[in-house]
Formats: sequence, structure tokens, C-alpha cells
Amino acid sequence: MSEKAKTRFEVLGKARRRVDGRAKVTGLTKFADDIVLPRMLHMKLLRSPHPHAEIESIDPGRAAKLPGVHLVLTGKEFPVAYGILPVSQDEYPLANGKVRYVGDPVAAVVATDEQTAFAACEMIEVKYRLLATIATPEEALATPEPRIHEHGERGNIHRLQAYEFGDVNAALATSEHVFEDVFFYEGNTHLPIEQHAAVAAPDGEGKLTLWSSTQVPHYIHRALARALRMNAAHIRVIACPNGGGFGGKCDLHNHEIVVSRAALRLGRPVKICLNREEVFYMHRGRHPVLMRMRTGVTKDGKLTGMHVQTLLDGGGYGSYGTASTFYTGVLQTVTYELPRYKFDACRTFTNKPPCGPKRGHGTPQPRFGQEVQLDKIAEHLRKDPAELRLGMIAKPNSLTANWLKIGSIGLEECIRRVVAQSDWKNRYRRLPEGRGLGIACGAYLCGAGLPIYWNRMPQSGVQLLLDRSGQVTAFCGATEIGQGSDDVLAAIIAEVLGIDPYDVRLVTGDTGLTPVDLGSYSSRVTVMMGNAAIQAAERLKAQLAEAAAEQLMIIPQRVAFSQGRVFFADDPAKGMTFAEAVVFAETKFGTLGAVGSYVPPRAPGRYKGAGVGPSPAYSYTACVVEAQVDKATGWVSVPKVWIAHDIGRTINPVLARGQVEGSVYMALGEALMEEQAFRRLPPKLSGALVHKFPSLLEYKSLTSLDMPEVVTELVEYPDPNCPFGAKEVGQGPLLPVMPAVANAIYDAVGVRIDELPITPDKVLKALERKAAGKNPRVGPDAFPQVPYPKPMFVPPPWEGGDGNEVKRHDAAAVV
Amino acid sequence: MNRMRMTLRVNGEEQEVLFHSYKTLLEVLREELGLTGTKHGCELGECGACAVLVDGTPVLSCLELALECEGRAVETVEGLQQGADLHPLQAAFADLGGAQCGYCTPGILMTAKALLEKEPHPSRERIREAISGNLCRCTGYQQIYESIEEAAKRMREAA
Repeated sequence: MSEKAKTRFEVLGKARRRVDGRAKVTGLTKFADDIVLPRMLHMKLLRSPHPHAEIESIDPGRAAKLPGVHLVLTGKEFPVAYGILPVSQDEYPLANGKVRYVGDPVAAVVATDEQTAFAACEMIEVKYRLLATIATPEEALATPEPRIHEHGERGNIHRLQAYEFGDVNAALATSEHVFEDVFFYEGNTHLPIEQHAAVAAPDGEGKLTLWSSTQVPHYIHRALARALRMNAAHIRVIACPNGGGFGGKCDLHNHEIVVSRAALRLGRPVKICLNREEVFYMHRGRHPVLMRMRTGVTKDGKLTGMHVQTLLDGGGYGSYGTASTFYTGVLQTVTYELPRYKFDACRTFTNKPPCGPKRGHGTPQPRFGQEVQLDKIAEHLRKDPAELRLGMIAKPNSLTANWLKIGSIGLEECIRRVVAQSDWKNRYRRLPEGRGLGIACGAYLCGAGLPIYWNRMPQSGVQLLLDRSGQVTAFCGATEIGQGSDDVLAAIIAEVLGIDPYDVRLVTGDTGLTPVDLGSYSSRVTVMMGNAAIQAAERLKAQLAEAAAEQLMIIPQRVAFSQGRVFFADDPAKGMTFAEAVVFAETKFGTLGAVGSYVPPRAPGRYKGAGVGPSPAYSYTACVVEAQVDKATGWVSVPKVWIAHDIGRTINPVLARGQVEGSVYMALGEALMEEQAFRRLPPKLSGALVHKFPSLLEYKSLTSLDMPEVVTELVEYPDPNCPFGAKEVGQGPLLPVMPAVANAIYDAVGVRIDELPITPDKVLKALERKAAGKNPRVGPDAFPQVPYPKPMFVPPPWEGGDGNEVKRHDAAAVV
Repeated sequence: MNRMRMTLRVNGEEQEVLFHSYKTLLEVLREELGLTGTKHGCELGECGACAVLVDGTPVLSCLELALECEGRAVETVEGLQQGADLHPLQAAFADLGGAQCGYCTPGILMTAKALLEKEPHPSRERIREAISGNLCRCTGYQQIYESIEEAAKRMREAA
């Protein structure tokens, strides 16, 4: 039996101190800014004060002469455009003639200390010619000129995507009910407490090492080689443990390229650490999304079809935006049975910091709309919203309308658990005025099926080295961002080899030493690294078993591994220590090492664009939120949250629970207060578009005083594609919380806030409307005309076809 | 620029340090003394990551001039463990998920230490209040409360 299918565990499922726990509580974890090297210099960036302008001239003269300044760099040094996705190579490390948002870097100064570098930045003279500023997607649609970028669809439209899986209009036309809603989800940012930092240094051979707070060292390695026009073999990227990532450290950041160039030019180490204001400018966070959802329902509450339209505010650059745009459309199908589905998506450029991936990447926004709309549907059909959902859950081992392959689904149990725990049946619609309960569900990827650049190589690799002392060292490119990837790696290897996880030595996130793992994003690490680790450990185990069997004079199949011993399964007294087994194996086979790797299964969809959405497995979550609304002030507080997450298999319950509760925390911030908002300065101050809150104090997030009690339930429906069945837990649990809050507010005071965040002013406005006898709703009123293209038509699996596009006139024949 | 020479007492050890007079305690700890266990998240007194104890009271070291700390007892995360033994707070945070990414952890540990020294048996409500100036983006705080409660219990039992 393969290790993957094992069901009794020595390490997995037990609450344990994480393997890197001691370093984190002693202050010994080395974050990027904790690295100090001899002769190290410091760098600061001069950033644009204008949201959209051409640079007429840059004169660094006086800055370069300031004592203590070693180097001034401008855009001339960086002629090569870069971008994290191959399709959006639209950024320059320092502006190449044009700036596109307030905060876009223009020049860099390297000096003996930060103070001098700051002072020198102010001496650089930049002349700008201001351009019209585009503030919103609506403005972007209405203002094709000036173009923020020359690439993209046209004007200031970056991306248009349109897909139809079965004839949705026909499905809606024959539905007993059709619901149409427009929702808005404001952008927000990751706000990791660690500010991005990077240290670059040439080594003795003149090769470059970059230490950085990055979630994706492999992608940085590739992109850096291109941006610096340097041999990748001469670049080593080390991902330091991140002080929180949440998706915000997934891009190749401009400062990483500039600091690398500076270190190479000067032949000595250079460090940059962004200040908090700059972290807000770096952003790459949640896209603001306006959505329209049309959903058909039978009278018994089954979905017949759904048409989703999204309009994204992308900010000033492409970043991950093409993928984000797809993600606003592709995952609506994996939670509930949905016979036909259509989505149109549009991302626009605006003169704001670029948006990108944040926890849930592109899916929390439509999830909010979908789950609030379901609440409205349940009310209209006079059904309990929990029962409505229970009646439509997608089937395990099935295909969705858009050809995604679903494996295990524990959603029914998740719903039943939160319903029971919250005493839903006795309390929903029965709490006193001002207090209410809301329910919602969600589903998420366990790793994106495809890498961001096209290849069929493994997406994760693990290498194991056995020392004759019995020491096991694991090498993997996976990156510890706080989520516990190191602990997962050690736990899985220990489980297979029957050793203590604390005895595994780990070398991770270092492109100079470790096999490629694509990085800590898309909730991929447990599944992909975990599968690679099992393969590597099983290969070593086979060698150890063979050598031990020879000594014990038994067959290798009867050799067992447990608690640091290798022994005869039928007579455990007959055996040896793990270290002794290693000595026998090294004597027999020579130096011991093994590699394992993982490639996700090929996705069934074959149409162009089918690459976004497939995953080896999907996680599922259900959540009930209790809300208390103060009708005098509009203030919403959340006393308690019940959440159940189908994790497949729990590796370390301490960490798993931490991911769920951390998701609830971040979700409540998005639901109630967090917003990356902008305002225009008055005309006499240039009329520029500036960040409203580039500070931790003004960007409101929950403190310990705002955080409710959370009741977490881990539900285990192991998925055969996953290591020991373990699915993701880092992102999925965020998804249902925001809509559950909105639904709870409706239960509490009977107003619909179809827009996030739900701030007190919106609640008060809705309450006023309700009191005046008007529609008690606050939210976007209309959806603009967007020039979506004719959709690519792909029949869903149950309507024939092979997962490929068909020309529309053929569709009838297939149906 | 003028540099100051001063004796700082950090974690019970007196150290002579030479620094620019504008430097904050945070900067002197991290940059002059190499005590990088104390973190920074804003340098504006907004996040609590840089909290250390000065004469037993939590202060935001990013807002405190090092100059003002002469003759006062400064405690940082590096001073928590005794020899090889973790402080009960450190052990509980490591065991119970109080530290995820670990970046806000030193500031919270020091804040919690000050709380438990004054109140060996704090209520959940008091713990929430005590750490309300320390932002954590990872945990959702529950496992932090549980870690502090567990440490308080272990400390009472040991006392």
C-alpha cells in the first residue's frame, strides 16, 4: 500500500509544537531585514508624487555629490521590462519615462545609511509632464486616451475574458425564478506586519545572492535573471521566512531588481527595507470588483444557470491581473451543482498601485456576491438558507460545468456542524432585533494546476540526504511564510520514515541549494510539496528496508519503521535503530539520497483558458456568523463565528486551527473595515489621486478587542490526490466569512448591504431607507456597459463535447 | 553628526554604545547592539511589533529615543529565556500556535510578560486589552490568548 493511502499515523493529526517554533519565540528567526553583512550599504527609492505623468528629465547631480552617497540609479540603468506573468511584461524597476501611480519608483540612492539615502533622494530633481489621471474602472472604460499602457485589449482595458458553458440565456429563460444583483467589493491590502526587505550581495566569485521577503523564490530567480540580463546560474535567491505574506510577496518587486543591480555595480552588500507607506504603494492586493450576477433557480431551490460579469480595477500594472481576472470567474462552479454557467470578466488599468493576489485570489469577491444572492434566493423561496445549500452541494468525483475535476467534498458535514454548533435552527430569524445569524459557504483550490510560465516539469521537488549518523536533511524550494510549510515537510518525512519530525533538518526556499518548488501561493504547498516529499521518503525507505531486511534475515516487505526504529513487523523486538539501518544501507548502496517530485494531474478542460481553475483538489468551508448591529450608530460587532473546514486530513491541528482562525480574522477585516481607498487632492494641489490611508493607524484592521470568539471544526474528507489526503487550509476558510457577515446583518436588522466593507455609514443609510419605506439596500445601483467579447462556447460535460470549444452554430447539435 | 556614547543596560548586561543622538531605542537595539529579535512594522507607534520593556513597562521602542534609556533596565526578547530554558510564555507560544509567522511575536511576548508580572491570573478580557496595541495579521489572536493563559498557569504552578 502506498504511504499516501495510509490511515493510521504517528505524527499526523497530533497537536505539536511546529518545528520552527522555538526560533520564532526566541527572536532567532532571521527575517530579511535582520540580515546584516560587513560593508553593507543602504538603499532608498525616490517615488513619484504624481499618479500619471511623463518624466521629462531627471537630474541626480546634487544627490550624487552628497557625502556618504555611493550610487544614484535611474531608469536608464534598466532598459528591460519585466512582469511576473509572461503575458504582462509591463513594469520597469525604475520608471522608464513614465509613472503610473503615486509611489511608482523613479530613482534609487545607495548610501552608507538610510538617513543619507533619504536626504539624497530629496536632492534628485525630476521634471514631470502631468497626464490625465484615471481613477476608476468606469473612467478607464470611458477614457481610452491617454493610455496607461500600450499593451492590453484596447484603450485602458487590460483584459477581457468571456466563457459560456452551455446556453445560459436559455436556462434562465426557462427557470421559475431569475435573480439579478449587483455587488461591489472594495480593494484591500495584505498588511503583513513585516515590511518588505531585501539584501543583495556579490559573493567571492562575483555571483549574486539576494535574500528577500518573498513567497516565490523560484519565480524571482527566473525573472531577476531576465531583468538583470544575467546568467541565472550566477544568481541565488534565498527566501527568508516571511513576516506574513498573504499574497503580497508573490511579485518580483522593483526594489529586488534595483538592490541587486546596485550590489553588483558596487561590489558590496546593499539592503533596502520599505517603510510602511511604501508597503501600501507596493500593494498587489485585493482587486476592487464590481459584479453582476444573474442566477436561475427552480421552485425547489436548484440552480439552473448562472451568468457572472465582473469589472476589476487593476491599478497601474499587469502584475498577476490576468490570472486574478480569470479567478473572478472560474470557481463559482465547484461548490453547488450548476448545470450551465457563463462569465464575462474585464480588468482595467487605473492610476493606482497595482492589484494582484491576496488570500483567496480573485475569488472572495464573486463568492461574496454568490453567497449573499443565495441568502436572498432562500428568503424569496421561503427556504432555510442552510437547507437550500444542503440541497445543491456538488457531487464528489464529478466534473463541473467548466470542466473542473472535483475530488472529495466534505461540505455537507461542514454545514451540518456549523448549523449544530450555532444552534442555527433555534436562533436563525429568532434573535432579538439588532442581533442575527448568517450562513455562507466557500471552496478553494489546493494548488493552481498550472505554473505561471508554461512547462510540464514538476511543480515541487524534494531532495533527501541521509547522513550516516542517521540525520535526515530535506531540501525543498518551498517558502515558510508563517503558514507552517517547514512543519508540513518535516511531518510528512517523519511520518513515512518513522522518525521524530524534530530530527529532520530542513533547507528550504533557496534556489542555490533546493529543488524547485513554485512557492507559497494558491494554497499549493501542502499538496504539491507533500506529494513530492512522500515520493522521496518512500524511495529512501525502500533502500533502508532492503538493507535492514538483509540484516534481520526477513523480506523487505515485513520491515516496519516507527519511533526511530527499523524492525521486523511480526516481532518488533527484532530490529535496530534508524541510524543503524542507515549505516547498513550506506554500506550496501553507497551514499544515500533520494528525490521526489510532483506534477498535478492534467485537467480535463481543453479549451483555451482552461488552465486557470483546475486544481488537484478543492477544499470546502461553511461558516455561521453572529452579528450585533447598533441601530443608533450603524456599528456592527461580531460576537461569535462558527466555522467548519474540510481539510482532507489534518497534519498539525495547532497550525490548521491557526490558519482557519487567521482567515476568519482577515475576512472580518475585509467585511467590516479594511479598504485600500483613494481620494483626489484639490485642484490647487495638482488634483492628484492619492492613497487615502497609507498608514497602519488609518487603514483600519481588527485588533484583539474586535476579534470574536471563533469555534473551529476541522472536517476530514481525504482526497486521493493529496498527501495522506491533506487539502489546503490557508485560504479557503476566508471565503464564506464576508457573505456570512452580510447575511447576519440582514437577519439582525433587515437591511442588505451589497457592498464591502460594511461600514457604519452604509448600515445607517440602509436603516434610514428602510425607515422611509424604501428598498432597504445599500450597494451599487448599476453595472456599466462593458465591451465583453463574444464568449467562447464550451458545452458542459453532461451536454456532450470533449471539453473543447465548439462554434456556437454547432452547439445546438451537441445539445 | 554628533554621536553619543552611553551605557545601556539591556537584559541585565551593561553595554557601552556609540550612536547618533537621533536614533530610537529600536534602532540602537537592532543596528548598534545586533539585537534583531525586536521587530519593526511601522516606526510610527502603530503596530506594537517593536515593544520592549523599559523598567518593566512595555514601551514602543520606535518612539523612544535611546538617549532617554540611560540607567534604565531594558528587556528584549533575547533576554527572556534562562540559559537553554524557554520562558513559560515562549514555550506556550511555540506549543499552542501563539506564533505563526513570528514577526509580531517578540512584541507580544514582552507585552504579555509585563501583564503577567503584574497580574498572575488575568482574565481573557484583561489579556485582550493588554495586547490590543500589538497587531497580529496571522493568528486571529485566539491562540495568543490561549498561549498567555497557559503560560500564566505554568508560572503559577512553578511559583
